[in-house]
Amino acid sequence: MATAQETAEKAESDDIRTRWLLSAPALLIIFFAAIGPLFIVLVYSFLAPGNYGDVKWQFSTDAWMNVLFERDIFDDTLSFAKANLSIFTRSISLSLLTTILTLIFGFPTAYFIATRPEGRREIWLFLITIPFWTNLLIRTFAMMEVLRNEGLINSLLRFLGLTTAPIQFMYTDFAVLVGMTYVYLPLMVLPLYASMEKIDFRLVEAGYDLYASRMQVLRRIIVPLVKPGIIAGSILVFIPSLGAYVTPRVMGGGTNLMIGNLIELQFGQGRNWPLGASLSITLMAIVMVTLMFYVRNASKTGAGHG
Amino acid sequence: MAKRATFDIRQQTGFTTVAMICFFLLYLPIVTLVAYAFNDNDSVAIWKGFSLRWFYSAWNNTQVIDASIRSFQIAIAAALIATVAATMAALATTRTKPYKGLTFKYAFINQPLMVPEIVTAVALLVFFSRIKIWTGYSGLGYLIAAHTAFCIPFAYLPIRARLENMDLSLETAAADLYATGWKTFRYVTLPLLWPGILAGLMLAFVVSLDDVVITEFVKSGGQDTLPTYMLGQLRRIVTPEINAISTVFLLLSVAIVTIFFIISRKRT
Repeated sequence: MATAQETAEKAESDDIRTRWLLSAPALLIIFFAAIGPLFIVLVYSFLAPGNYGDVKWQFSTDAWMNVLFERDIFDDTLSFAKANLSIFTRSISLSLLTTILTLIFGFPTAYFIATRPEGRREIWLFLITIPFWTNLLIRTFAMMEVLRNEGLINSLLRFLGLTTAPIQFMYTDFAVLVGMTYVYLPLMVLPLYASMEKIDFRLVEAGYDLYASRMQVLRRIIVPLVKPGIIAGSILVFIPSLGAYVTPRVMGGGTNLMIGNLIELQFGQGRNWPLGASLSITLMAIVMVTLMFYVRNASKTGAGHG
Repeated sequence: MAKRATFDIRQQTGFTTVAMICFFLLYLPIVTLVAYAFNDNDSVAIWKGFSLRWFYSAWNNTQVIDASIRSFQIAIAAALIATVAATMAALATTRTKPYKGLTFKYAFINQPLMVPEIVTAVALLVFFSRIKIWTGYSGLGYLIAAHTAFCIPFAYLPIRARLENMDLSLETAAADLYATGWKTFRYVTLPLLWPGILAGLMLAFVVSLDDVVITEFVKSGGQDTLPTYMLGQLRRIVTPEINAISTVFLLLSVAIVTIFFIISRKRT
């Protein structure tokens, strides 16, 4: 008996060793070209900026202080770094608005797809996935074609004689918001659809039998049932919105910055690498907190609905 | 059901309308972009007439062709390496009882999806610029390494999904018939897994081809890919040439996704 057990144990530990060897290439590549460099960024955030970019090997917490505060060069007093602060609030509020807008448009769309007859759902879903797999830059550029001064909307307005001078949509917060809503909409629709597909419509029927109105059925039956999808979709939209770089750069035109663009500036013209590093860690921390919130909520609602 | 024929319990007032508006708005910008690619005018501003000249001009633009070739080189290399690594990792993380380190592997492999791209981009910029100084090498290797890393989770997902739904009995049967581990893998597991691997390869390829942010920060001088070239052009006065390039790029993505869609429908 003992030998049989020993052989079994040996086979198991051999199996686990093979499994580590098999996963080694993937783990190593991700370590060297994705995770490892993040630690360098963490170290850099505690160093002093070099004169021409890069860093001086000298411990300093200035970069972290500069995320939120700035020191007056004359009387050495601290005050809030208004520029950074306004970029942070703009990023967070634009990302929240994007999430809300994609939810408003995405919810009925996902519901529409989920209530099609079996065979036809796939084709509607396919129509949502095509833009999703199309280059993000091209989609942003496509939205620019609609909003620009000589673009679709302004041409239409002029053709109808409603305006004489073009309305400036581009390079505003509004343009950034429209662009982000457009590019991230599929990320909201797909998880919403996934949970709506599973709705048991007998519950809806029971609601109507008990004289519920359509609005009551929606609010009291459908929304609670698809809550995991709403949360997943919101997270999937909020996180990339917060770290967005391409859309604010193209639609905001270099004046309506978000955190991503602020980070880039520190590694480019601003040449304060430690500040750029501490801003990156800050952004990552916000994302991690959001994800943790999601995991906690997902496990809670998951347990509730089986 | 018959008595409720006039009352559809699934319907919600206004939802179909919003959905239709949504599909319309989703495709309106893309259609506009494609339409302007055929505009016979020097600026995108005013429609002058149908013309293919911007497609010719893109075709004769060496920068565009160079960037396209580079995009493909990187995407092919990154997708192939990522798919091999992801297949091995998927085999190592499925069809087993939980073992120590399994959760760690999941978290590690999915990590590139969790961290904002811009943060990975600056981290790689800092790291690779050091290595460039130490080694003096500044070729495409850095871009391929960076792309491979973020392609792995995309390749991993469909392969893992396929493995988890696969029946173990065929492999057990092969082992019963004295097939070696390798033979079982080669003649039983691999053919069954193939659709998942193909799906992973295509996802990785598309994701690599689409990347802007990481490429923009990692590339050395003269290493523009098609998306970073386009991003640079958007800063200047845009000619319909960009629309023409976008249109071709768009068609390619649609073709790949359609093939992907057909494969995944047929085999499952």
